[in-house]
Amino acid sequence: MTVMTYREAVRQALREELLNDERVILIGEDIAEFGGTFKVSLGLLDEFGPRRIRNTPISETAILGAAIGAAATGLRPIVEIMYSDFFAVAMDQMVNQAAKMRYMFGGKISLPLTIRSTMGGRRSAAAQHSQCLEAWFMHIPGLKLALPSNPYDAKGLLKTAVRDPNPTIILENKMLYNTKGEVPDEPYFVPWGQARVVREGKDVTVVALSDMVDFSMKAAEQLATEGISVEVIDPRTLVPLDIDTIVRSVQKTGRLVVAHEACVTGGVGAEIAMQVVYRAFDYLVAPIERVGAKDSPIPFSPILEREILPDDRDVIAAVQRTLDYAA
Amino acid sequence: MTEALDSRIPKEVALQLYETMQRIRQFELTVVDLFARGKIPGFLHTYVGEEAVAAGACKALRPDDYIISTHRGHGHLIAKGGQFDLMMAELFGRRTGYCKGKGGSMHIAEPALCMLGANAIVGAGIAIINGAALTAQYLGLDRVAVAFFGDGASNTGAFHEALNLASVWNLPSIFICENNGYAESTPQRQHQKIKDIAVRAIAYDIPSSIVDGNDVGAVYLATLEAVTRARSGGGPTLIEAKTYRWRGHYEGDPQMYRSKAEIEAWEKKCPIARWRSVLIASGIPVAELDAIDQRIQEELERAVAFAEQSPWPDPSEARADIFTPTPEVA
Repeated sequence: MTVMTYREAVRQALREELLNDERVILIGEDIAEFGGTFKVSLGLLDEFGPRRIRNTPISETAILGAAIGAAATGLRPIVEIMYSDFFAVAMDQMVNQAAKMRYMFGGKISLPLTIRSTMGGRRSAAAQHSQCLEAWFMHIPGLKLALPSNPYDAKGLLKTAVRDPNPTIILENKMLYNTKGEVPDEPYFVPWGQARVVREGKDVTVVALSDMVDFSMKAAEQLATEGISVEVIDPRTLVPLDIDTIVRSVQKTGRLVVAHEACVTGGVGAEIAMQVVYRAFDYLVAPIERVGAKDSPIPFSPILEREILPDDRDVIAAVQRTLDYAA
Repeated sequence: MTEALDSRIPKEVALQLYETMQRIRQFELTVVDLFARGKIPGFLHTYVGEEAVAAGACKALRPDDYIISTHRGHGHLIAKGGQFDLMMAELFGRRTGYCKGKGGSMHIAEPALCMLGANAIVGAGIAIINGAALTAQYLGLDRVAVAFFGDGASNTGAFHEALNLASVWNLPSIFICENNGYAESTPQRQHQKIKDIAVRAIAYDIPSSIVDGNDVGAVYLATLEAVTRARSGGGPTLIEAKTYRWRGHYEGDPQMYRSKAEIEAWEKKCPIARWRSVLIASGIPVAELDAIDQRIQEELERAVAFAEQSPWPDPSEARADIFTPTPEVA
């Protein structure tokens, strides 16, 4: 085991996959000499050269289109979209092309395409560089989607994605790039569609995405001092979603809180809540609570941003509400 | 006065160009009739009048060169070698069709013919074709990749982004604009101030040419030149083929946006009649051309029968083919 940052873990996955398969190439804005806006690909140009580490113009449609065409014809491109907010300018390629090409062609092609991007706020990056847009992609059949919450998963989920013959999207959390964790020295893959029980508990289940896992763990520790036992589950991938693990937990605890940084309305939390209601209705002893950003564009001023975005205090309050509920 | 056959085009090639155009024309007229009789669901966008572009361009390609098409895509697939029976079955929504009935007219595709699909989003294919060109360049294959699109698509962001990327990466991409004068119903003068879309290549420092899109020989020769350049590492080309769509944007289009006189004027410039005259003047017997026409008609009749007799997809297949089965990697 080596302790490394989330950024280093992603870089190691990229490097290993570039070494593993000549057909793997990186495509993105400022990813070569500059090493990417978040320095994830720093150093890869020196090792692999400009043929494989391909800087592009600021043209998300052209980037994604070229990656789709390359994947359809035999390469295994890994695209970096600098901020997931920028998907908005190229959603046709994501939604109408990448997600549907195999299906429209009656299964005659595969698209081994990995798309990495960054999500989340808490950096005063304001309304156009801070969003969490996972719900957009979860709603489109044909795209796989992961939100790694720690260095181990960031590396292992990415390596699995590069070997997957389908379009995969990985939303990395900007606030996690500098966080550290243990990563095995030997090669490993994290399977998609298997949730992780981060902390076992018996009173309330908290399903948390991305950096809300850390906030939920902090909340669980605080609540433990008050004698409340919280089970924290990180789905790791939203497509495919391991609903079974979540349902089993709710069958045990009878209470569910879903926590994500994306705004609450129309968020992934609603989908998870509905699936749990359908599968575990008789086990629920309190209404399901959702934790997420207040419905608002993300403001610039730190004090305003803190008002909008959720953190451990919101998780604690939500857990408390499920416990206080009297039928 | 009848034009002479260009000495750079062998008679055998000239005949194949004729046959391909006739295959497209007769296929389209057949599906127009079938659509009117309710045999074909959905929308139908036909290529009648524009046959010379697909036929001429694809004749300049090898089987392993890629193409990507538009919502008006039957002609491109036929020119790339598409079979009538599998196409017809796809348009009928049958299980035996090219896409098992999941794509239909607007998404018909055959990767085995390096045909990366009709595409119902205007301009989208222009961005995707660069990827096929990148694969060829990256793997050191001397393949080229052709995107067909219309004048309407030349106003999309995808067109401008893709031409720029092809230029900076020196990709073997060939962009063929079928300028038929209308973006759906909107005439070119209302959607762009330029008359020649080819001038847009200047902005990306790539070579361009303008051809008479109703002259199949001219389209063939212009594409050959672009193909030669792309294969030898000379990068992308923009070709503008000026042509005209005889029928509406879609079958059923009332076409209030243009006059009957305009349509009739273009019908007099029929690319097939024109090429037929060239061939006859070059000494090819009329009977040989008639025999080609007859053969195509018979093949079409068999294709329609095949489609009509083909099974519908089983409803249990509706959610198959969304994802490729994922191998175990761990």
